[in-house]
Amino acid sequence: MTTPLMQLRGLTVDFDTGPRFVRALHGIDMEIRRGETLGVVGESGCGKSITWLAALGLLGGARVSGQVLFDGDDLLGMGPRALSKVRGGRVALIFQDPASALNPVQRVGRQIGEALALHRGLRGDAARTEARRLLDRVGMSNAAQRLNEYPHELSGGMNQRVMIAMALAGEPDLLIADEPTTALDATIQAQILDLLGNLQRETGMALALISHDLGVIADMADRVAVMYAGRVIEEAPAADLFATPGHPYTRGLLAALPDLDGPRARLAAIPGSVPAPNGLPPGCAFARRCAHVDGVCETAPPTLRVLPDAPARHVACARMDALWCGQNSVAAAPQTRERANA
Amino acid sequence: MLLYTLSRLARALVTVVLIVTLAFIILRMTGDPSIIILGPDAPEQAYEAFRRNWGLDQPLIVQYFKYFGAIAEGDLGRSMRDGRPALDVVMDRVPMTLALTLPALVFNLILGLGAGVFAALNRNTWIDRAIMTVSVVGFTVPSFVMGLVLAMVFAVQLKWLPSGGSGSWAHAILPVISMGMIGAAVIARFTRSAMLEVLGQPYIRTASAKGLSWGAVVLRHALPNAAIPVLTIIGFMVGSLVAGAVVIESIFSWPGLGRLLVGAVANRDLAVVQTILILIGFTMVFANLMVDLAYGWVDPRLRIRTLSTAK
Ligand SMILES: Nc1ncnc2c1ncn2[C@@H]1O[C@H](COP(=O)(O)OP(=O)(O)O)[C@@H](O)[C@H]1O
Ligand SMILES: [Mg+2]
Repeated sequence: MTTPLMQLRGLTVDFDTGPRFVRALHGIDMEIRRGETLGVVGESGCGKSITWLAALGLLGGARVSGQVLFDGDDLLGMGPRALSKVRGGRVALIFQDPASALNPVQRVGRQIGEALALHRGLRGDAARTEARRLLDRVGMSNAAQRLNEYPHELSGGMNQRVMIAMALAGEPDLLIADEPTTALDATIQAQILDLLGNLQRETGMALALISHDLGVIADMADRVAVMYAGRVIEEAPAADLFATPGHPYTRGLLAALPDLDGPRARLAAIPGSVPAPNGLPPGCAFARRCAHVDGVCETAPPTLRVLPDAPARHVACARMDALWCGQNSVAAAPQTRERANA
Repeated sequence: MLLYTLSRLARALVTVVLIVTLAFIILRMTGDPSIIILGPDAPEQAYEAFRRNWGLDQPLIVQYFKYFGAIAEGDLGRSMRDGRPALDVVMDRVPMTLALTLPALVFNLILGLGAGVFAALNRNTWIDRAIMTVSVVGFTVPSFVMGLVLAMVFAVQLKWLPSGGSGSWAHAILPVISMGMIGAAVIARFTRSAMLEVLGQPYIRTASAKGLSWGAVVLRHALPNAAIPVLTIIGFMVGSLVAGAVVIESIFSWPGLGRLLVGAVANRDLAVVQTILILIGFTMVFANLMVDLAYGWVDPRLRIRTLSTAK
């Protein structure tokens, strides 16, 4: 077995909120293999973004601990210089709101050129030519002219393409795409996701695709990690997870999805909302919203465990053994029914 | 852009006219220049001759329109003191005031921008708190108090520097520092908040994520963007520097425009007062115009917007 490209081990994040530290990530374990697409899903505020920002040392005002092994080296223990080489070089990031993720007062060409200078040593005409090629590659029309434009002169979709071009500048082994299409219209969304899929196939890079939209993940991911309140609560190959979701939260997410091939809907079907990091219960953070809640759920937060008959799958649920039996028949069990019975 | 600039110019012109009108009314209502300039013991005929000579015997409203009529023809009047053209009297003093205000502006900018950026980069540490505490002192203390304190310490007590006059460059040090400290405090606070605002923007994270070192992120992405709001305050600074000069020149007996203004007001020497006010007005208009132009230069979003609205 080859070692994974990137491995998060026991990653925790505590925010300095003045009087005290508040823990927002409670020991994240995740890994990405070379060339694969890992989908990270969960409602807003579950800690998806901060997981990757913390891993790359991009989270200000927070205490980060654990290990982030990238090709064997721990990023958290790296000096700023070595870390700079990894960022934008071996690991690139794109963000949710492309318009504000680009510097408003610099031309697009210059912003891409900056990455080319850093990671490929290209300057002047060489950088310009390469920047134009990258814009072509991400499907921008009039690439040469776009180089001279400012972000506010481009649409959201075009800005996201610029971000992707900038990410490709360093020829990364891993692209982390944090809600790359959330701020875009549906048709543009599909185009950007297609583009990411194509680029990944051409370059062989790994992709961490973060989304609160399980539909997006379903189209793209090889493997899925479901996050809830600062923890990974389920992790499984995508096909298995969609066929037989384990954790009640995952089932809820899936139930909220009208039809895998139909229009995507916001995750609204689970009643209640994600508890804030400073308002977590002592037990399972999902207990309050869970249809299967039981006494054991309220003692301690459950840890990720391998499912009995599925070694590639992990679920963090105290009642998993009970729920897993006869699982297939209740794959997307509507919780309301369980509620009514209770 | 042109339309925008023109409308601002028109507004500024109205402001200057209002100020000059107000000064005219106040100066004319609060004292008789003939008595002040000729002294209390001159013969009655002398006063009358003086008033006739300067048109002070005519109704206020007539004087007012005559005055503006002359200005429209480029004549700012003459000083009642020595009969020289007011513009010459004023222009003689301009170099001395510039000798204080320009270094004070540079001092302002270097100290203010430096402290503000440094505080922002060390946000919530003792460095930040120390800088901000000092800056609170800097802008709550009025400039004359600052001037007097500095004079007490460095001129009277330590005797390192002269307390007043304008014989050498050493005479300029205390006045420049007094003016500079106040402005620097304002700029520092403004720069700090502008920097913090920019440092919290997503594109700063993008720049770090790209692999730029923190220094390069600050230098290339944060500082230029933070400069945009700071420009506004620098435009205002020019106005407050001139105001500061009036006070500081009086404290340090520096023979510049400020002292001339104080003397001219005391003498009710209208033409000189008005010329100074007009000059200050135009300086501020000019400063703000430069700021507007600089805006367009540093912020492409503004360039486009103003261009398209001007069409
Ligand atoms: N700078 C910060 N200070 C304090 N709390 C934060 C900060 N950034 C994020 N959080 C908290 O961390 C949690 C996870 O945030 P995030 O990773 O952005 O969620 P998401 O899953 O939507 O990407 C949220 O509850 C959020 O309120
Ligand atoms: Mg997020």
